Amino acid sequence: MSSLTDGDRMHVLAVDDSSVDRAVISTLLRSSKHRVTAVDSGKRALELLDLEPNVNMIITDYWMPDMTGFELLKKVKGSTEYRQIPVVIMSSENIPTRITKCLEEGAEDFLLKPVRSSDVQRVCSRMMTR
Amino acid sequence: MEGSNMQRQVVYLKKCLFDQGYLDEQFHQLEELQDDVSPNFVEEVVTLFFRDSSRLIGIIEQAFKILLCRQKHPQDFHRLRTHVERLKGSSCSIGALKVKSECTLFGGYCDEGNMDRCLRSFQNVKREHAILRQKLEAYFQLLRQVGPSEKASGSGN
Repeated sequence: MSSLTDGDRMHVLAVDDSSVDRAVISTLLRSSKHRVTAVDSGKRALELLDLEPNVNMIITDYWMPDMTGFELLKKVKGSTEYRQIPVVIMSSENIPTRITKCLEEGAEDFLLKPVRSSDVQRVCSRMMTR
Repeated sequence: MEGSNMQRQVVYLKKCLFDQGYLDEQFHQLEELQDDVSPNFVEEVVTLFFRDSSRLIGIIEQAFKILLCRQKHPQDFHRLRTHVERLKGSSCSIGALKVKSECTLFGGYCDEGNMDRCLRSFQNVKREHAILRQKLEAYFQLLRQVGPSEKASGSGN
């Protein structure tokens, strides 16, 4: 994982096909003073990782067309280049088997939507103390 | 005097939206994210919601038109479910409680593979979506007239 920038400000890659949820998660992260790049698909997330080396955390929706958040997680964790980047999954469905599957695949956390400010603060604080 | 009357109307409108179950706590969460940097954040997010949700509703309607003309397969209901889950997700994100509830019911009927119930439930989704849109448009229109002091205020219920 790339080292944090000065002031403990992370660069977070937010991935969600919903423009509403992208707006909300971006604002939640920015209100905690983190830099955010928001994309609408797993494919774009992987493209961005190739271009932008200093991503400190990925937060992704589970349910997305074409590439789910779980599939994105697997690709990130399967990559020698990006596997150290912590990945957090978001979902509006509280399905224990889904949560377990994501955590076993290496997700750092699983947030239920709607994501709250306290969720973001908790997750980001944990990432910054790693 | 007129300004304070309008402010009271804004507070009352918002209270009604919560009391009547159209909105839930998530709407308050969005309001708390609103600040000087993003003074219109809530209205912007709600606008995004209605843009996306209207498109999703259109997609679901098209899907039904196709399904009604032919043999249904389990994957058809799975596709419907996927669309309604997206609608439900964004409804959750803005606190659109009644729309979310109707989406939950609709999703359940998709799991059952019950086309009639899916159709009826979808009509309920559309109805609640239209009602919420109307109410929120009225709310934001009044809020714009009142001005920034009311936009910055917290809970009004």
